[in-house]
Amino acid sequence: MKDALRRMIRANKLSLVSLIVIFLLILFSILAPWLTPYGEADMDLMHRLSPPSAEHLLGTDEAGRDVLTRLLYGSRVSLMVGIVPTLLSMVIGAVLGVTAGYLGGAVDSIIMRLADIVLAFPSMLLAMVIMYTLGDGLFNVFLTLTLMNWGTVARIARAETLKLKTIDYVEAARSIGMSKGRIIMRHILPNCIPTLIVLFTLNVPSAILTESALSFLGLGIQPPSASWGLMVNTGRQYLFNAPWLSFAPSGAIMLAVLSFNFLGDGLRDAIDPRLRRR
Amino acid sequence: MDEKLLEIEDLCVEFPTEKGKIRPVDRVSLEIRKGTITGLVGESGCGKSMTARAVMNLIKKPGKMTGGRILLEGRDLGQMGAKERRLLQGREISMIFQDPMSSLNPVMKAGKQVDEVIRLHEGADAGEARRRTIEMFAAVGIPDPERRYDAYPHELSGGLRQRVMIAMAMICKPKLLIADEPTTALDVTVEAQILELMEKLREGGTSILLISHNLGVIARMCEDVYVMYAGKVVEHAEVGALFAEPAHPYTKGLLRAVTSLREETAMLETIPGNVPQLYDLPPGCRFSNRCAFATERCRADEPALRDLGGRECACFLEDRG
Repeated sequence: MKDALRRMIRANKLSLVSLIVIFLLILFSILAPWLTPYGEADMDLMHRLSPPSAEHLLGTDEAGRDVLTRLLYGSRVSLMVGIVPTLLSMVIGAVLGVTAGYLGGAVDSIIMRLADIVLAFPSMLLAMVIMYTLGDGLFNVFLTLTLMNWGTVARIARAETLKLKTIDYVEAARSIGMSKGRIIMRHILPNCIPTLIVLFTLNVPSAILTESALSFLGLGIQPPSASWGLMVNTGRQYLFNAPWLSFAPSGAIMLAVLSFNFLGDGLRDAIDPRLRRR
Repeated sequence: MDEKLLEIEDLCVEFPTEKGKIRPVDRVSLEIRKGTITGLVGESGCGKSMTARAVMNLIKKPGKMTGGRILLEGRDLGQMGAKERRLLQGREISMIFQDPMSSLNPVMKAGKQVDEVIRLHEGADAGEARRRTIEMFAAVGIPDPERRYDAYPHELSGGLRQRVMIAMAMICKPKLLIADEPTTALDVTVEAQILELMEKLREGGTSILLISHNLGVIARMCEDVYVMYAGKVVEHAEVGALFAEPAHPYTKGLLRAVTSLREETAMLETIPGNVPQLYDLPPGCRFSNRCAFATERCRADEPALRDLGGRECACFLEDRG
């Protein structure tokens, strides 16, 4: 993995920039309380909707809260919501999908029908139903997003496994007496990783967007807490008088989403030795 | 001295297809004596690879071994538990495949893939495994083995990859090595080197089942040869006898089809017709529709493999001679 990163950085400068951006975003979200003099929910009703100035670098919102401050605190929620449930759903989906694909038969049918059930519902509707049943809160957002996403991952991991299963080196591994578990761990999963990484980079931004939609509907993160999606949605009402309210968090979402995508591309090229440039 | 290492008795492999069940391997029997190289020859699709796969328990679903026994030193592989049989593979029997390009995991270092075998069967630790793999690499003629240990398969040439495969198959010193067209995907000079290496392995005590459609390779390497046609063994003889006087018309045809630089032939000789489809076999002898000597009897009855004193042949014509 260390080698892979080094190769990626050498081959693809854009992915290095993305890696730095993601690192900075995470750093800023951790250091938020020390980076800004204002609190996350400090209201200043005298300065509602004030444009960007020296005091408020990105202006203030409808309750006089500092937009930059809320952006920093919001990045904690948005990044966590983007990364944690996506990782969880990747791990669950990959293990189930690879197992289903490799073992086949009844195990395959059971796992894939479960995935079909999840995939059969419109994802937003499913998310709303789960959130409504569980109640709002960050943990439940994680749970919902994990439940929503594992099915797609399982399907892709299974398809990849079916392709890999008949490849000669898997047969060669069987011919030297390797057990199923070991073949899965040594040969199938590592060869799925390039695909899964690309999927990860696509799922992170979509998780961020789903969370913001849920927050907009009042089912996700609750004000006065902040998330980028929530900020875009509240800013929408003031789009013409105070565009900075929407533009700042939109820009942040775009930056995060693009960074993850570029990083994914770079990592995939670096991890898969077949695609490696010399 | 003719101790038997592997005996295959009446092996049948069946596949269900839309046109009914087919039998790519139909009551095949063969023996491999200890310390010999035994050849298995035939056209594509005659069941030679499938026979090898049956021994390695690698028949793809929905295919199934439906009859016969496979005995390794008298132990019936079919009667073994799944785990016992699995652990036998790689340690006592191993196999090298036709295409070294796809037989190695592209995302794993070549050396690590060989390590796996020793770690699996002998529980060696990482350092021990690495040391022995590098030794084995040197033994199979991989130059600069320390550096090659850390190479990925795509960084190696075809010949080197096949050597890595051989190292992987040989590292636990198996009694039997099944080589399924080990040199078909390689160029001629590399082929010669790999064959030399296999001869060396034989001298080291490993018996080899060499599957090939290349009669030159068979003639050079093997002691015993089995000829397969459409799922059946049609002839079995010691290599000298087989090439000097082939008994079965199919073997004769095969030998004639080999181009010889010494003889001046205007045209490449071929066997007329095609191998029959397995779901549409002619009644009687499977070769009767292409055989120049076929009689009414050949088209009606199927000849069995019969002992002709030191050799076997499945043809009615041999009755007369």
